[in-house]
Amino acid sequence: MNSVILSSSYVLVHTPDMVIHNGSTQNTERVVNPDSEYLKALPQHIRSFEQAVAYAPNQVYIGNKTPNFLNSLAMPWYDKPIENADKFGRFGQIMPQDEFYLLIQACDVFDVVNLEKNFVAEILPKFKNNPLIKEDIALRVKEGKDIDFIENIVNNEHGEGLYHNNKLVGSVTRGHDVDVNLSAHVLHENLVSKASSVLSLLQLIKNANIDANDVEYVIDCSEEACGDVNQRGGGNFAKAAAEIAGLNNATGSDVRSFCAGPAHAIIMAASLVKAGTYKCVAVTAGGSTAKLGMNGKDHVKKGLPVLEDVLGGFAVLIGVNDGVHPEINLDIVGRHTVGTGSSPEAVITSLLSAPLERVGLKMTDVDKYSAEMQNPDVTKPAGAGDVPLSNFKMIAALSVKKGQIERKELPIFVEKHGMPGWAPTQGHIPSGVPYIGFAVNDILENKINRAMIIGKGSLFLGRMTNLFDGVSFIIQKNSGKKESEAISEDMVKEFIAKAMRNFAESLMGGGNYDK
Amino acid sequence: MDLENQRRVKDIAEANGPENVMVILGAAEGEAAGLAAETVTLGDPTYAGPLTGVSLKLEVYHICEQEIKDQIPEDVYDEQISMMEMVLDVDDIVSEMQAIRDQI
Repeated sequence: MNSVILSSSYVLVHTPDMVIHNGSTQNTERVVNPDSEYLKALPQHIRSFEQAVAYAPNQVYIGNKTPNFLNSLAMPWYDKPIENADKFGRFGQIMPQDEFYLLIQACDVFDVVNLEKNFVAEILPKFKNNPLIKEDIALRVKEGKDIDFIENIVNNEHGEGLYHNNKLVGSVTRGHDVDVNLSAHVLHENLVSKASSVLSLLQLIKNANIDANDVEYVIDCSEEACGDVNQRGGGNFAKAAAEIAGLNNATGSDVRSFCAGPAHAIIMAASLVKAGTYKCVAVTAGGSTAKLGMNGKDHVKKGLPVLEDVLGGFAVLIGVNDGVHPEINLDIVGRHTVGTGSSPEAVITSLLSAPLERVGLKMTDVDKYSAEMQNPDVTKPAGAGDVPLSNFKMIAALSVKKGQIERKELPIFVEKHGMPGWAPTQGHIPSGVPYIGFAVNDILENKINRAMIIGKGSLFLGRMTNLFDGVSFIIQKNSGKKESEAISEDMVKEFIAKAMRNFAESLMGGGNYDK
Repeated sequence: MDLENQRRVKDIAEANGPENVMVILGAAEGEAAGLAAETVTLGDPTYAGPLTGVSLKLEVYHICEQEIKDQIPEDVYDEQISMMEMVLDVDDIVSEMQAIRDQI
């Protein structure tokens, strides 16, 4: 039987100082143009935590508003804060940077993270008050060090600084003297990914209302790599995060395909559960420090706040069919193959129309599509346009070419089957998966029957292939049959087969069925 | 235009002579097309890449511009480009491209 989506979680972490100190755009600028006007102006364009919480797309991401709400809000959205916005939402929370630094330390098992002791004393009570932070995690936070110790690591020991309100409050020590794969920069990036994945998993367990020990397998689908000089991408972010999140019965592994990673991971998780290999699988991803302020130059130039100031994280829980939750239909899996080609039409055909046609469905039979759900408030000022809208237009255009809708119906198709984007531009985070939480609710509430999640990835960025990648899958209303009922149905079939065999044997035995 | 692509364009122009090279863009937005066109003609406007201060003045067109469309067999264009053409704001792209070419 198809496996089902039991729950999901969506978290954000507001990291204003990391935008300045860790974003790749800013780091590159410091190297090539250290005295640039951009770097001087940047601090004046950083948002406060309250501003990030009140930002409408962030409120949609954590589930306090629906995607449809954004349709009613005229763009731009950054200057239209939501009144009385809550940092806690239906799907997850927005964590402030100070609490997150403590969570990073809780995720550090090699003593590479050191926090300043007054900072720890000030933030620890707040950290403990966070509903997701239980005692086992709070106990991992150490008392802290003197500022001299931290300054020495950053200034003399090739360490990476942790800043809050532009003040040094902690450091990440390098993991090796020579190995660049264990540099403080890489360890910092990986610890951030791990900690935001842990936050997503903790939220998932809470949302699903299950025992953490029920999870048997975890798949991490972020875009970072951890390892050392002899195995640079050795991995297992999944198991590392599962350990801190208390998933003691789980092992796991990492799946990578740039932004297509999450869709691959969910198809694999659904297959593992359907095959009976595991009963309960969590797919998780933390956020990316490198992408913070990625389009900052354009935002600053146009007088906007730097809108890429949050890390994103999500997790999805996939389990055995319970007869209630929406199913992942593995009969309708789209894939961009090596031979597909790179024209937009070939890509969309392989991911959307081809898998649907295999089971006799039209593109209009899918109620909602979710592809690249990047927030257009971020991308439009940077000249990258409205990415979700472009995707929905392409889907509609293919429907026109397939003769499934009239050309004049193109805008109606886009409105009906698409939605505005709300996800932070964190690569894998916006890639189809932000809608899963809403899709589950919309299907359970009978608003829609079927949604398609599409993951796309730019493999060429790694210089190993010129190919693009993508996979898609369908989430649909549950047929109402549980796994256990399916077993009894199979048993009935077996009884019938046995009876037929006996009947046949009796015929071959010379008509003794009369007996 | 990303730094690696700038380097490749610069290398190709140096190896073949700028007068023998034409750049064909596929950007989905007028502004992005204009920025890329500016980079390969007047130089990198973001002052970040290898084409900063390098004015290659290469011939540059977008794939949806009529001059290029006329060079491509109709069936190939239909298969490869027509769906995107339905989606793009071609007029905006053409005007951005022309504005850059007018500056050369």
